[in-house]
Amino acid sequence: MSIRIEHLNYVYSSGTVFEQHALKDVNLELPDGQFIGIIGHTGSGKSTLIQHLNGLLKASSGTIYYNNENIYAEGYSMKQLRSKVGLVFQYPEYQLFETDVFTDVCFGPKNLGLEQDEIERRAREALQLVGLGEEYYKVSPFELSGGQKRRAAIAGILAMEPEVLVLDEPTAGLDPRGRDDILDQVARLHRERKITVVLVSHSMEDVARYVERIIVMNKGEVLFDDTPRRVFHHYKELEAVGLAAPQEVYLMNELAQLGWDVDTDASTAQEAADSIAKCLRKMKN
Amino acid sequence: MLRDITIGQYYPTDSVIHKLDPRVKLAGTLVFIISLFAFGSIEAYVAATIFLATVIRISKVPFKFMIKGLKSIIMLLMITVIFNLFLVQGTVVVKFWIFSITIEGIKTAVSMAIRLIYLIIGSSVMTLTTTPNDLTDGLEKALSPLKKIHVPVHEISMMMSIALRFIPILMEETDKIMKAQQARGADFESGNLIQKAKNMVPLLVPLFISAFRRANDLAMAMEARGYHGGEGRTKMRPLVYKGKDKAAYLILLAYFVLMFAVSRFSVLETLLFGALGW
Repeated sequence: MSIRIEHLNYVYSSGTVFEQHALKDVNLELPDGQFIGIIGHTGSGKSTLIQHLNGLLKASSGTIYYNNENIYAEGYSMKQLRSKVGLVFQYPEYQLFETDVFTDVCFGPKNLGLEQDEIERRAREALQLVGLGEEYYKVSPFELSGGQKRRAAIAGILAMEPEVLVLDEPTAGLDPRGRDDILDQVARLHRERKITVVLVSHSMEDVARYVERIIVMNKGEVLFDDTPRRVFHHYKELEAVGLAAPQEVYLMNELAQLGWDVDTDASTAQEAADSIAKCLRKMKN
Repeated sequence: MLRDITIGQYYPTDSVIHKLDPRVKLAGTLVFIISLFAFGSIEAYVAATIFLATVIRISKVPFKFMIKGLKSIIMLLMITVIFNLFLVQGTVVVKFWIFSITIEGIKTAVSMAIRLIYLIIGSSVMTLTTTPNDLTDGLEKALSPLKKIHVPVHEISMMMSIALRFIPILMEETDKIMKAQQARGADFESGNLIQKAKNMVPLLVPLFISAFRRANDLAMAMEARGYHGGEGRTKMRPLVYKGKDKAAYLILLAYFVLMFAVSRFSVLETLLFGALGW
């Protein structure tokens, strides 16, 4: 169960003045069960890239393999692919349309042609996963708060029970509390269901806490592809492309320059705190 | 699919046509359309073709973009041609079963087709070389005498420019929502007509909601910046005719006179139909 991308190129409005080379020779392998972050500045091609994963955009050149099957091969079922690779768009709440939350979440599984019982089971489970209780089932999706709407929309994708879940900026426009809620739920989902999660974001802090691998995109190309620790090691290069490493990285590097014996590769607040504590203890002795 | 609609889509180049006063282009389009429908001889169509081709050439917009707009009227075009071809009475040329094709029918069908096609291409030239904002500015200025008889010219042109401005935004939005629903397994292509209409609901409901939300936001933003209608409103760049605009008016006048003169002749028609033995 993996996705393999080989020499992927994508050109918008080919052959006109509006032509734009959005992806340039992208090669990636997304193995099963990984929690991956894709980071890049606006216009770096990250949204374009993920729309290829479930066949919504067709590559100008290059191939994508899902479970070793070429998705561009003749007769390959895109509908099947879309049920396996769930894609949650930016501001997914704008796709809500049904009269109540429950029916809206049922839309995805219904399109898969499942039995009514199964549809309802999946919808109930998905809503539970995102933390929307039964009291919301019959509420119009347009009466929910921003964060609740977003969770209902994410449930709409989860109800299709995808093997790979791709989220494009799932926390955009949410308050810190709503942001943590959504990311924690996604992380739990990854732990419990063992599904592959691809989290697209421009915020390093958001991503660093959760993912085990970061892909940095810049101008349509893959700039770095490594563990968070090693990616943050290049914090100077990240700055050059308009990104920033988490605050911890800067703090640790500055401390190290002052002669403190701390771990400059610490990528989360917890790791940084532990390292500083250790260093302080050593200095006391 | 949605990107094929050219109306309201500006194609930037640095041509003279682009730099003309929008009023000239509005008048030009109007004159061109009137000349198409007022004069019907083959000579006139030849002259119109040369005029249109020259303007397109000068505008530096690829011809591909000009004919894109034709896709949307292809049905209308076919219906017009077929109806004219079979229903116009006159000298019969071909006859089978209950249908008969007449010389007059062929003539009207061909000239209607030419008129419709040139009408679309002609207006595409205007929309492709003029930004929507310039266009409505020009319209507002050109219609401003109507203010005297209490026609809300400013409000109308403001509504038009907002509507034009929103076309690409809403198209992009449609594209986005379509993709989002496709990601949930929605199917917009297969099924019969009723099925297809039903499948549009997941697209149309969010689109309407988003259009209303945007309208609300825009109204709020305009009021926050002190918008209060046309009264006493000034322009940052008022439209003033320059030398090339006057020259363009002269060329237009010359074109119209030429069309008028040329339409008096019917040499080509006699030659063509004479050769065919009709």
